[in-house]
Formats: sequence, C-alpha cells, structure tokens
Amino acid sequence: MQLKLKVWRQKNAKTNGEFQTYSVTASEHMSFLEMLDVLNEELISKKEDPIAFEHDCREGICGTCNLVIDGRPHGPMQGTTTCQLHMRSFKDGDTIVIEPWRAEAFPIIKDLVVDRSAFDRIIQSGGYISVNTGQAMDGNAIPVEKDLAIKAFDAATCIGCGACVAACPNGSAMLFTAAKVSHLGLLPQGKVEHTKRTRSMVDQMDKEGFGNCSNVGACEVECPKEISIENIARMNRSYVAAVFGSDE
Amino acid sequence: MTTLDAKIPKGTLEDKWVNYRSKMNLVAPNNKRRIEIIVVGTGLAGASAAATLGELGYKVKAFTFHDSPRRAHSIAAQGGINAAKNYQNDGDSIYRLFYDTIKGGDYRSREANVHRLAEASVSIIDQAVAQGVPFAREYGGLLANRSFGGVQVSRTFYARGQTGQQLLLGAYSSLSRQISTGSVTMYNRHEMVDLVKVDGKARGIIARNLLTGELERHAAHCVVLATGGYGNVFYLSTNAMGSNVTAAWKSVKRGALMANPCFTQIHPTCIPVSGDYQSKLTLMSESLRNDGRVWVPKKKEDSIAIREGKKTALDIKEEDRDYYLERRYPAFGNLVPRDVASRAAKVECDKGHGVSPTGLAVFLDFSSAIERYGKAEAYSMGISDSISAAKITELGKKVVEAKYGNLFQMYDKITGEDPYVFPMKIYPAVHYTMGGVWVDYNLETNVPGLFVLGEANFSDHGANRLGASALMQGLADGYFVIPYTIGQFLSNEIRTPSITTDSEAFAEAESSTRDKIKRLIDIKGNQSVESFHRRLGKIMWEYCGMSRNADGLKKGRSMIRALREEFYKDVFVPGTAEEFNPELEKAIRVADFLELGEVMMLDALNRNESCGGHFREEYATAEGEALRRDEEYAYVAAWEWDETEPILHKEDLTFENVELKTRSYK
Repeated sequence: MQLKLKVWRQKNAKTNGEFQTYSVTASEHMSFLEMLDVLNEELISKKEDPIAFEHDCREGICGTCNLVIDGRPHGPMQGTTTCQLHMRSFKDGDTIVIEPWRAEAFPIIKDLVVDRSAFDRIIQSGGYISVNTGQAMDGNAIPVEKDLAIKAFDAATCIGCGACVAACPNGSAMLFTAAKVSHLGLLPQGKVEHTKRTRSMVDQMDKEGFGNCSNVGACEVECPKEISIENIARMNRSYVAAVFGSDE
Repeated sequence: MTTLDAKIPKGTLEDKWVNYRSKMNLVAPNNKRRIEIIVVGTGLAGASAAATLGELGYKVKAFTFHDSPRRAHSIAAQGGINAAKNYQNDGDSIYRLFYDTIKGGDYRSREANVHRLAEASVSIIDQAVAQGVPFAREYGGLLANRSFGGVQVSRTFYARGQTGQQLLLGAYSSLSRQISTGSVTMYNRHEMVDLVKVDGKARGIIARNLLTGELERHAAHCVVLATGGYGNVFYLSTNAMGSNVTAAWKSVKRGALMANPCFTQIHPTCIPVSGDYQSKLTLMSESLRNDGRVWVPKKKEDSIAIREGKKTALDIKEEDRDYYLERRYPAFGNLVPRDVASRAAKVECDKGHGVSPTGLAVFLDFSSAIERYGKAEAYSMGISDSISAAKITELGKKVVEAKYGNLFQMYDKITGEDPYVFPMKIYPAVHYTMGGVWVDYNLETNVPGLFVLGEANFSDHGANRLGASALMQGLADGYFVIPYTIGQFLSNEIRTPSITTDSEAFAEAESSTRDKIKRLIDIKGNQSVESFHRRLGKIMWEYCGMSRNADGLKKGRSMIRALREEFYKDVFVPGTAEEFNPELEKAIRVADFLELGEVMMLDALNRNESCGGHFREEYATAEGEALRRDEEYAYVAAWEWDETEPILHKEDLTFENVELKTRSYK
C-alpha cells in the first residue's frame, strides 16, 4: 500500500517544529512502527535525519510508544497502543498525520519524543505502600475479596504512556493519578496510607502543570488499557474526604 | 586457563545460606550512610536491589537508559512467578523447587545458588503482596496458582497475563519511595558505556546522557549491574527493541568473564515471523500450555493445504491430528520444558508438517479446554442435561477469556485471526539468555566490587530456564541476596573515602569511550546500523540457534568476524555524538553484539555435548533427545575477551545432592 505521512519534525525543545510530508510503501501486515522503521531506513539511505520516535517492547505493555495518529493518541483502534496498531487498519492511498503527545507537562525533546518524567514524580510523591524489604507477613495472611482484587488489578494495568493526558483538552493527568490511587486504595494493604497518598499525589500532579479535570471523558476512550473514569470519581471522593476530614 | 572459585559456603545444602547469612560481615548504619553504590539497570533485579539497598541506608545511584524505570523489559513477562509456598497442598517444597530447577536446567547450574533461590522464592510473594501487587485470587480471598512447564505441581503465582508488569510496578514503587527520601538518586536516559576500575576494583562507570550525548563520570564504592539478557544478538527475539548487552559487555572488556554464552532459550510459543520488515517477535505465554494442546496434521498433504489457504485447522478431523507432545512425552504432555517443546516443533516443521505459509508454525489449540470448561460451568449452573453444544462453547470461552483474555486479544491484534475460533499458530523464538556474566556465590564477578544480578548473570538456570523462574530470580537477587552479600565486599571498604572521578582511570575510560564513539560517527559509510544488526541476527539464528553443529559454528564465527570488519568500514550513523541520537545508541549496542556473537559461537563449539537449550546435532540419542556428557562438560565455561582468541576459564560443577540423570519427561 502507498501512504502519505505528515509527520511533526522538531529539532529540539527550543526550536519551532513543523509538519513534513513523506511517501512510504507499506504492507498491511506491518505494525505501524515497522512502517516508520521502513521510512527511517529510507531516510538513512539518503543520509537524511531519521524521525525520532519512542518505542521499546512493541507488544503493548511498556508504555513507551506514544504517537498521536490522525488526531487520536495511539491511533484509531480502541484499547490499543501505537505499537499494536497494524497497517491493516489503514487503506491504500491514505494520508496519515503523526504528532507527538501535546501537553504542557510533557515538553518535546525531539520530533515525536516527549519528556514524561512528571509521571515518575507523581508516583514518587506517594504512589507506593511504605513497606521495607523483609517486613512482609505471609502472603495469604491478608485475604483480598476476589472482585476487589480484580478492580484493583484493572486500575493497576496502567502502562504510564500518557495517552490520557494527550487526549484531554485540559492536559489533565487525573486518570493516570487516579488509577494508582485506586489500585492501592482498594487493597487492604494500601488502605493505611490512602488519605495521605491521595493528597500528596494530587498536589504533585498540580505542581507539574497538568490541567484540571472537567469530566470530558476522552482519557477513558483513548486509554490503551481501557482504564475506567470511575477511578477518577473514586479519587475525587477520597480527595474531598482528605481535605475536609483533615485534622490539620 | 584458570579454575574459578565460586566461594560456595560449607555445610549441608539446606543450611548453607542460613548459616552464611548469619555469619556474614556487616556494615554499620553510620558507615552505610557514607558508602556509595551504583546500580545499573532498573528492571526487576535492579529496581529491587536499588530500593532495598536504599532502605538499608546506603547512598545509591541508579541508572537506566529508559525514560523511566517502569519501562524495563521485565514488564513484558506474562505468565507468572514460581514460589515454593505449597499453598495448593500438592507436595511442593523448597527442595522440590530446587530439584525441578536443577533438572530443568539440565544439570548445568550451581546447586547452592539454586537452593538459595528456592528458599528466597517464598519471601518474594510475601513482599510483593505487601507492596500491593494484585495477584490472582480465589473466591476465598487467598492467592491462586497455576502450572508451568517442566513441573508437576501448581506453584506459579500470577496476575492475569501481566505478572511481570505488576511485579515491576511493585519494585518501581519501592524504588520511587527511596527516590523520594533521597537515598536513591535516579538517572533516567543514561546508558552505561564503560566500567571504571581503580586499583583492580570496580569503582564507577562512564554513562552517556542520552539527551545531550555528554559523557559523565560516576564513582562509587562498588558497581551492581542488573542489565538483563542479550537475546537481541539474534535481532529477532521477544526482547524489547532496546534490550542490549552493552553494560555487561563493557564489563567483560574490562576483565569480567562471560559464562556459558551459548545457553540461550528458544521459547516454543511465539507468534511466527511474517515478513522481512519484522522488527520483533511476540511471545504467547507458556501458561497457555496449561490448557492449549499442541498439534500438527498427521498427513503432509493437509499441512500443505493449510499453508496454501485451501484448508483451515477446523477441516482436519481429530484422528488426523498429531498431538506430538502428548504422544512423545505422556508424563508431562504439553507441559514439557521449553527447550524440549521448541525442538519438537522444529522436528515436525522440518519433516514438512508446518502450518503457516512459511512452513514454520504449529497449532496451539484451545477447543478441548473450551469444551471442558464449558461442561464444568454448565454442571455448576445445573443445566448440563439440556444444554446445546453452542452454549457449552459460549460458556467455555468465557472461562478461557477470564484466564488468558489479554493474550488472546494480543494474538488477534497481531495476526488478525480470532484464536477463540481458529487455533493459534505458534513457532519457537529467542526469548531468554541463561548465560551471562560469571559471578560467585556472592553474585560478585572476578572483578572485585562488580556484582551482577538477574538475567545478566549466569548462575541459576543452567542450560535451560523453567517458566516463571526469571521473575523469581530477578527479585531474589535484588531483594534477598545482594543486600546481604554486598556487605562481604563493602565491610572491607568502610575506611575507603568517597571515590573521586578525577583519577587517571576515569580519564582513560572517558577518553577511550569518546574515541570509540567518534570512530563510529566518522565511518560515514553506506549501510544502516539496522541492516548490520539484521544480518548478524540471521547468522546467529542459522548457526547458533535451535540446533548447532561444529561446521556451522566455525562458519558462523568467521562470518561474524567478516561482518564486524565490514561494520567498521561501512556503517552509517547519522547526526552527531553531542545530541539526542537514537541511531548512535543503536550503533554502540550493535558493535557490542558483533563481539558477543563470536564468543557465543566459540562457546557452542567448545561444548561438545547437548544440554538444555544447547543442542549439538552430533550429540543426540537414538530418539533424538539431548545427549549430555557429564564426565567432560559438567563445568561452567567462562570466557575472557580477546580480540584474536577469547580465553576459556572453567568452574567445575559438583553435585552433592542430586544425582545426574538423563532428563526424562516421558
């Protein structure tokens, strides 16, 4: 299949970027990233600068790949990361627009590569259970109701890709933060620090320059792991309780 | 050649670790605060080590080439993690896990290390649960288990098909907590490009800041590598695109030894190669073999018809299917170890029974499981008398979906075929490397102060790793071994002041690295890094893959040497060294693979026997099974790098507790 690509090219954070157009021949069995590999090999053979994009596991779990394809984070398929998208989702002759995640808290590094270290700092602010190695009791000493374990697991499947932020018109990281707050807060092990965790993670999220949530719901639609917006409601309840129920 | 001392403590197998641990040298808290440790790699082994060492009070600096520690390839491990909890009351024990691992590894691993691993396994589960890892649970709220290959008990703990992700996120959260307290300083997007030795001891690294290209000197009292395996030497593997051998290999070039590099694991259940553009292969978890049955058509004409698209699996009658694993290995059936299952698939495809257009695929079929689960569900719902076949299938699919949903979805996305209807097509692919940097019982290399953990070392899996044991080993090393054994080295360093980066050793390492990078940039040839990597992979797969022979290995070795020469004459690396340059990163890694590949060939050639994943065609039984030669080869082959002729060192393996037997899964 013959495709036309309009790709965002930007040398670094300090310069302005622009779209450049490329033609590429692809096979429908290729993954989207393999199609970009083919284009990059061509650019290299012409001694041109290949397009910088991030990727690693190429099986939808590491959360590294992050392209906005035709205006949608991770492209047109529901519940799919960019690396799991295959060219059979496109037609011969299509023009495909490829952009980086666009959000104030994710500055561009080069071309399609952005800096998502803000997510790490949100986790560092409280996305853990404070237990040192060796302090744990027997695994079966804490029974967890099966349905609760499943809910916690569903929230814990977040891959930290940032599609929720890229999808949100406000550039909000509520779904990312709420997924971690829910995962830990639903489990008995995580209950002890739940209130403190919610407050500090939300505070950090604000500090990083992510926008507020105005219930658009695009995050849930674009999340490759289909994490439910229910988690945001859960975090909001717990945040309100933390603020108004505080002893301070 | 020297004989290596593994420093295994005395005493009975059961008491070694416990006694050793209680008599080990300690570093007092006031000294820990001054002692610096570098941890390179933040996957399961590295993140758990960095977090635990930070908790203990050491000053830790952790490095990853990823943008975040959460991206490490441990995250992609699917099936589960083994632990000798015996929660199922099915006869499991620490000894049995030890025995299964030694046997599964075809008697080429160290007894003492493997027993310690089995002991630690129990605590890992407790630790992970306490961190909030959402393992699968039964209705009573207790932890669930499933079975993996090469064992007859259910000891695998899991979190759907995403166990690695959940365990890594657990370790990452512990690491994040230490970063927040300041006990660990995290360096994201930094790649280790050289090891620095001062007076013979590992005292630091040269790291390349991948955003700016700047070379940075980092010093510490000791260095811990947890940088994963080298499966990407084959280009196509189930590893992530960035997984590489560079940190380990630079250490080998500074005097560490590469042990058993030819022991690579070919995983039997991966999605087959579909075209030349392919960049990686995707694993379908071994857990699928709990319920999936592997088969090929008995008649070659059926296989040909399937390949040509004239028939599908559904057209082949039950009596015309060859469930070859069940036929050849009735005791373990579809759950034989990976090396055995992979070789059997190759045998069937080589005979012409393969079922994909390339002829290189076999079926993994869930129809029996769907029917069995459907009937069981119907029975428990009290409707088994009146139910239709379609309804049974519907009920059965739901059960299968709950167990393996994400894997089926992944398969569907990649192949465009619905695995609930058509059996999956699978073929073996490179997955894991049992070989790695040589370490003693303390996980210390022959370079004092250099420790290696997880897949990057060689010690626990012998010639074949059992399923769900990689996560176990990574976390055992990081949480429960290195925090103790590192004290054996550091207790002698409490008088050593903070290491300076101003020394001659650091200057030399930095300038030689700068020269090497400049050399790559300055070649300005005509072929891309990727094209060299692909060619290397083809040579490795052809001559050092699922089966090997002396002539092929000799040929492969000379081909790699020729390719390496061509690489340094004609590779083209765009851009400069002083910027964010992913192509340069690749070039540095491929240059190292081009050397490692040669040592792998040499190691495979040296080992005139078949064991585990290393199958030499000259050494097979009449039935085609691996023929081990314990008298001559019950040793670890540890290679010292030398551009012209790498040098072999040996560690003899002594078995005091298990009897060396021919592995049988029949």
